Amino acid sequence: MNKIIESKFLAKDVKRFVIEAPKIAAKRKPGQFVIVRSNSKGERIPLTIADSDLEKGTITIIVQGIGKSTKEINSFNSGDFFHDVVGPLGQPSHLENFGTAVSIGGGVGAAIAYPTAVGLKQAGNHTISIVGARTKDLVILEEEMRANVDEVYITTDDGSYGFHGFVTQQLQKLIDDGRKIDFVLAIGPIPMMRAIAETTRPYNIKTVVSLNPIMVDGTGMCGGCRATVDNKTVFVCVDGPEFDAHKVDFDLLIKRNKTYTQSEKTAVEHFHQCHYDKVFDLAISENKS
Amino acid sequence: MQTPLSKKDRMKIPRQPMPEQDPDVRNKNFLEVNLGYTEELAVLEAQRCLQCPKPFCVDGCPVGVQIKDFISLVAEGKIAEAAAKIKEDNVLPAVCGRVCPQEEQCEIKCVVGNKNEPVAIGRLERFVADYEREKLGMRLPVCKPKTGKKVAIVGSGPAGLSCAADCIQAGHGVTVFEALHEIGGVLLYGIPEFRLPKDIVKVEVQALEELGVEFRTNAVIGFTDSIDELLTVEGYDAVFIAVGAGLPYFMNIPGENLNGVYSANEFLTRVNLMKAYDFPNHDTPVFDCKGKSVAIFGGGNTAMDAVRTSKRLGAKNAYIVYRRSEIEMPARAEEVHHAKQEGIEFQLLTNPIEFVGTEEGWLTGVKLLKMELGEPDASGRRKPIPIKDSEFILPIDMAVIAIGNGSNPIIQKTTPGLEFNKWGNIVVNSETMLTSREGVFAGGDIVTGGATVILAMGAGRKAAKAINEYLFNKE
Repeated sequence: MNKIIESKFLAKDVKRFVIEAPKIAAKRKPGQFVIVRSNSKGERIPLTIADSDLEKGTITIIVQGIGKSTKEINSFNSGDFFHDVVGPLGQPSHLENFGTAVSIGGGVGAAIAYPTAVGLKQAGNHTISIVGARTKDLVILEEEMRANVDEVYITTDDGSYGFHGFVTQQLQKLIDDGRKIDFVLAIGPIPMMRAIAETTRPYNIKTVVSLNPIMVDGTGMCGGCRATVDNKTVFVCVDGPEFDAHKVDFDLLIKRNKTYTQSEKTAVEHFHQCHYDKVFDLAISENKS
Repeated sequence: MQTPLSKKDRMKIPRQPMPEQDPDVRNKNFLEVNLGYTEELAVLEAQRCLQCPKPFCVDGCPVGVQIKDFISLVAEGKIAEAAAKIKEDNVLPAVCGRVCPQEEQCEIKCVVGNKNEPVAIGRLERFVADYEREKLGMRLPVCKPKTGKKVAIVGSGPAGLSCAADCIQAGHGVTVFEALHEIGGVLLYGIPEFRLPKDIVKVEVQALEELGVEFRTNAVIGFTDSIDELLTVEGYDAVFIAVGAGLPYFMNIPGENLNGVYSANEFLTRVNLMKAYDFPNHDTPVFDCKGKSVAIFGGGNTAMDAVRTSKRLGAKNAYIVYRRSEIEMPARAEEVHHAKQEGIEFQLLTNPIEFVGTEEGWLTGVKLLKMELGEPDASGRRKPIPIKDSEFILPIDMAVIAIGNGSNPIIQKTTPGLEFNKWGNIVVNSETMLTSREGVFAGGDIVTGGATVILAMGAGRKAAKAINEYLFNKE
């Protein structure tokens, strides 16, 4: 059991948790992830470690409430417990002084890109960060990014804040402006990562993406997280999660991530039903008393 | 006092069959298939034992259970004493009585088997262990005085648990580290409930806990702590690595990444450990097999476990696809027999060459090739050879690949100076299980490649013996 020390919504359905996990805090490196379970019947969910505090023995994760389990987690508050937290898992980001390094985070991907952006800065890069969101209220970690990287660009799809357009357009603009870019890290929805890969491909800019397939154990044992990279099957949990964006089969990744779409609907319905039942039972018992 | 039966009378008693659930009922539930002997059946079966002066059966047991002696106690109705006798050599008899391949270990050596069917040693072991657990309560062995030494065991499967049991009884402090969130390793995530009820594993683990073994779940050694950190920062005097094989092989044929294609590890873990059969009461889903056609590729026990699981999840057609014939199947005869009884269809001498699917990435079928048997290959089994122009497509909605496991890379990548062979197995001294690193021992599937529960337990016990000697001599 791991206690939640702090919890805060960063945007609608996006919540940050600071969790007690001293071992993981001491060990984790940028790019690595943990697997959490919310309760004793919970599924195992991989989440990138967004930050850690060695002294306090805590790690930070950011959760987007999409399915049953992530919605349930986002109902947790400080003082509540995760049933299980295991990690750090996966290979750390490869950090070196490339020159100018651009980290791009779309939606909650900004949170996942953040630790690596900081790591790239510490490795001596001139760091540029592009934080993209659908609309202003969904922009996350802007302050943290501004405090830790050299240049920050915000983009929103609806133009409510920052550049009106997609992160790819902002990146293209930097390239067109003649900025010399040596390395790009892109983390976000798969179509976004694929679009970034296609943006940098003609310029031969080294581009890395962090993949988010469905996992069970996270240690290589089940092979559920397999993806195709450079025409070869990889296990994202132990071989990744970061890979050369120009070699990833994004189509396959999108298809595989839809494996449980139907089950997910059932789970959400079941979850709501249970919650309504609970509320209903409570109302009845209160009426009786 | 009853006069003991003569040898002739003993030989007249037929081997007592195992009471089991009706095949047509059990293929729809996850309850245990075998129901176990009653005391009467057990005593009768035990009387079949000839009490040979030189019991060959014991030679066949990887942990050297004193089979002749425990069976003699069962024949006399002294079940508690029989349980104690087994426990001298085997810490997990309820597990081994269920999953050991007795027919190729102890029972194949049974002299009765020369003329009649051999004594049902496995069934008797199971009876004694269940009787103890249910009627007498688990009795704990006595541990030696504390030595002040600490042993770290990496992995909580059969090798890890048996090593833990011996080390704690020798007086050492023992911590078992497990990467998953529950203790038991393959006994939990791999072997299905209908063959090994999880409550039985839990009771065995509880007994070890009561003896003082500390269990730490969610600890991925290599990441959470390295082997070196266990020996230095964490202050352990010896480490036993028993992480299992844990990296599933795929067949490397086109279409293998289509939705609906699973490794046996993933399929079984979702159902057994994560309890996907109880979705959505448990959160983890698995492919909805109801009314579907599924094929499992492979001929081992894991393939049988997976296919019988899919049947229980409601599969209409459940196939085993195996490239050799039934004789070459590595699965236990009992498992194959049970599978057939439950309505599993066998596509033998058939090899997959491609998975086919929809534009959206869903599996719809598998392209198969008929095979015939040629000359024996390196494994001594007749080599399957493709028959020309024999291709056909079997329509299936789910596929499970059960062709074995390679070695998990995590320990290798994080432990400098530890010697591995070209397959990624840890190199050990076969007598002491000592690795190339001082104080670091290893056993089970990470050393041998995929094998059986009892062989892993044997390795765990060998290592414990060597660890005791090492710690005795260590300052």
